[in-house]
Amino acid sequence: MMDRVMDNRKPDHFEWRFLAVIVAILSLGVLSIYSATYSQPTPGLPLYAKQMIWIVAGAAAFLVMLTIDYHTIARLAYPLYAIVLILLAVVLVTGKTSRGAQRWIPIGPFAFQPSEFAKLVLILVLASYYAKSPREGWLQRVVLPSLIMMPGLFLIIKQPDLGSGLSFLAVYGAMLLVVGIRSKAVGILFLFSLMLFPFAWEMVWGGLHDYQRERIMTFVNPDYDTGGKGYHALQSRIAIGAGELTGKGLYGGTQSQLKFLPEGHTDFVFSVYAEEWGFLGVVVLLGLFIALIVLSVDIALKAKDVLGALLAAGVTAMIAFCAVVNIGMTAGIVPIVGIPLPLMSYGGSATVMTLAALGLLLNVKRRRLTLFY
Amino acid sequence: MSEFDLHSELREVQRRLSILRIILLLFLLLLGGRLWHLQIYEGGYYRNLSDNNRTRTVLIEPARGLIYDRHGELLANNVPSFTLYVTLEDVKDREQLIQGLITLIGLDEDMVRKKLSARGSKLLPRKVKDGLTLREAALIESHRLDFPGVMIQAELQRNYPAGLAAGHMTGYVGEVSPDQLERENSSDLHQGSIVGQYGLERTYDRSLRGRPGQKVIEVDATGHVKQTVLVEKAQSGDDLYMTIDIRLQKLAESLLGEEAGAIVALDPTTGEVLAMASRPGFDPNILSRELTGKQWEDIVQDERHPLTNRATQGQYPPGSTFKIVMAAAALETDTVQPATHIRCVGGYPFGKRVFRDWKTGGHGMIDLKHAIIHSCDVYFYTVGNRMGIDTIAEYAGQFGLGKETGIELPSERAGIMPSTMWKERVRHEQWFPGETISAAIGQGYVTVTPLQMARLVGIVANNGVSYKPHLVRTIMHRETGHMEDSVPDLQGRLTIDRSTLALIQEGLAGVVTEGTATKAKSPLVTIAGKTGTAQTAALRTGPQEDIPKKFRDHAWFVSYAPVESPRIAVAVLVEHMGHGGSAAAPLAKQLIEEFVKLRPLDPVVANPEHPISENLSRRGAS
Repeated sequence: MMDRVMDNRKPDHFEWRFLAVIVAILSLGVLSIYSATYSQPTPGLPLYAKQMIWIVAGAAAFLVMLTIDYHTIARLAYPLYAIVLILLAVVLVTGKTSRGAQRWIPIGPFAFQPSEFAKLVLILVLASYYAKSPREGWLQRVVLPSLIMMPGLFLIIKQPDLGSGLSFLAVYGAMLLVVGIRSKAVGILFLFSLMLFPFAWEMVWGGLHDYQRERIMTFVNPDYDTGGKGYHALQSRIAIGAGELTGKGLYGGTQSQLKFLPEGHTDFVFSVYAEEWGFLGVVVLLGLFIALIVLSVDIALKAKDVLGALLAAGVTAMIAFCAVVNIGMTAGIVPIVGIPLPLMSYGGSATVMTLAALGLLLNVKRRRLTLFY
Repeated sequence: MSEFDLHSELREVQRRLSILRIILLLFLLLLGGRLWHLQIYEGGYYRNLSDNNRTRTVLIEPARGLIYDRHGELLANNVPSFTLYVTLEDVKDREQLIQGLITLIGLDEDMVRKKLSARGSKLLPRKVKDGLTLREAALIESHRLDFPGVMIQAELQRNYPAGLAAGHMTGYVGEVSPDQLERENSSDLHQGSIVGQYGLERTYDRSLRGRPGQKVIEVDATGHVKQTVLVEKAQSGDDLYMTIDIRLQKLAESLLGEEAGAIVALDPTTGEVLAMASRPGFDPNILSRELTGKQWEDIVQDERHPLTNRATQGQYPPGSTFKIVMAAAALETDTVQPATHIRCVGGYPFGKRVFRDWKTGGHGMIDLKHAIIHSCDVYFYTVGNRMGIDTIAEYAGQFGLGKETGIELPSERAGIMPSTMWKERVRHEQWFPGETISAAIGQGYVTVTPLQMARLVGIVANNGVSYKPHLVRTIMHRETGHMEDSVPDLQGRLTIDRSTLALIQEGLAGVVTEGTATKAKSPLVTIAGKTGTAQTAALRTGPQEDIPKKFRDHAWFVSYAPVESPRIAVAVLVEHMGHGGSAAAPLAKQLIEEFVKLRPLDPVVANPEHPISENLSRRGAS
């Protein structure tokens, strides 16, 4: 068997940079949630304080995922997937309905959203599937993994949760590109079409009549824009655009303070941020996400084995996909599908899951000097 | 899989990762370009749009449910009134605004300043003053151009047409407190919401409150309404039909006059409260408006405690009315037989002291029935001493003493029914047998509320069957139009023999015909009852007239009528008015007579008719 030794050298600058980027994005998130909910005090603990509690819980998950060897975690992939599937089924049967969709399992005062954790588990499952033995031929490379993914995808779409469903597909697509398809050309084409899907969607979508869109949208995603008039999308564009170069300052965002923005603390937290901090703030935030992606891909590149590389690639692709689609939808170039901005949007399950995924990423990095034999 | 294969696979993965990196970064740069386009290239355009984006969301407050008496007489409704709102964002010169409001309609300067500087959004209208007169509202409207940001809104103000009458039961409303907001955690409530603060308004707040709607209006840059974008109607609150008859209620309150006290009238066969008066009272119309600190202080610190509902919160020694319980306990435990005579010589020696009878010289040889009729103290000292406090407490508990009746009013008090365990727990002392002697005539530690006593005498009248007293007869659900009638809540049946109750009933009838309450004798209807005189000070020397009023005894009379088929049970308590027979009994008599006149005595049926339903169907038809 393999004898694994951990990289016990002092954490290098690389890791501190990685952590600093995460903390910076989380802080901007808390600040924006604070501002978005400032004029409407909710009874009980304010949302920004709750988000900080989620971050502490996420930090614990981060440490757990960092300490246990990722080979050990990957061995649990299939049992974990089974648990997630059961939870997703439970949600469908008994889940808490909010805004027309069933996504939550209430646990005491909190609500737990299994579809968030399903994404991370899918990364584990697909990575350990490809890393285990030689997978030859398109059947083993493409079809089998897609069959593994299907039940989870089905249960998520059924809720309906279009956003999580798309993230699920994106993780699968990214894995396929990195390892699945032999021909480089096909792979690139596939990823491009996946990433361009939202844009292409917009073109197809644009050709539809209003009533057709309305029907489709209320079918797949009943919680946004039931009027189908693009009101929320427009308000979000106005918020971002009105920020101009320097922004309107903290609490200065009339779009969010006057409640023109729906869900200013969750899906549209980027609009709140962009209105208040302007293009300068946006550059800082995009810079932070770019740094996070560069550092993450670097970890994948330096991984010692295929499993580590695939885990890192999956986490990176998932976070990048969510960030791009979320900012894209607030900026009006992607339809509104309900994907939160990683590390920024308010939400317990998403915050804990994202931090756990980042812990896994750093795990891969810290064990890159693993010795075999 | 060979080592070589693993490594070649890893190298292939790494090569593709570089491609993934380039693609991801391209997308982020693309986003950056889009955001540059929105914020820099088209920024001015969107900034302009956001400045003119002046739709405002205005809550539409629901109309609070109405409260009626049992015959549909209105007790609480809503009348239009004007409220002054200020949106700070639109105010140009705050100082000028404050001075203007002071000179124009004479607002309190401190109050206005406090309201304007309170925490909250600058962009949302805040309530500054409610209950403006039409003239004040018109004055402000005509100076509208001088005060940008000021808005007059017609709103509904809670109104109680009956004024003082029934105020303790209907209660009053007021702005929700931060505590209440936190506790309820309901999206129906917000800062400034009006909620019930007392009485039924409070108990049934969730039903009465209704659900707010909202209106999205578009305003231009000067704050004028251009158009209404969206209207979501408010859902009015449910209506309550009370069990009381406001005519009886008003009479009960006027009978008490200026004296402090309480009168409770119940229907013993259902538990419906027919009247519940508590004096001194308050005008819920005044308390429902915004009070200044001074006004509120005056009410709360009033020595006569007008806010206390003496019927449910006043706890008094029951005095001789407690002998009803004693008689039941004595017969049931076979401590005495109906024919047992006890000699009363005007005093009962116990230990070193002598417990005196109210009648100097005593009643001579007397049996239980006559001991009730003439309220002989020595008889009950004797049986009390034989039974012991715990036996007495057990029977008192059966009659509902020492615990809340469960009526739908907040903060009901339970009174005290002492026992050896009670004293151990509360006072950490042992029970002294001498204290049993005091308790036997309803003195000492024993305290009761007038409502408890009305129910107690009602249980006797109803042959031992007890119903929970209640104030709401029907709830009209506004959303569905459904009338929900409350069903009489059977609380239990005494485990006391019918013959025991019959003997007590005979005694109580005798009290009025030949005993201590002959002043309650009525030509219209047969009345049964029991007087009581509750001592407030330990020492009682000389005639009552010589004692300062605040140390004088409380007068009790508990009664029911008609004796043959009881329809009404009445408890009267008048504070510091001396003997129950002279001060309390005549009041009960007048109330019962009025009840008989209002509701001619039809033959008693098992299920009393529901005049309320007739009433409603008639109103629905017209």
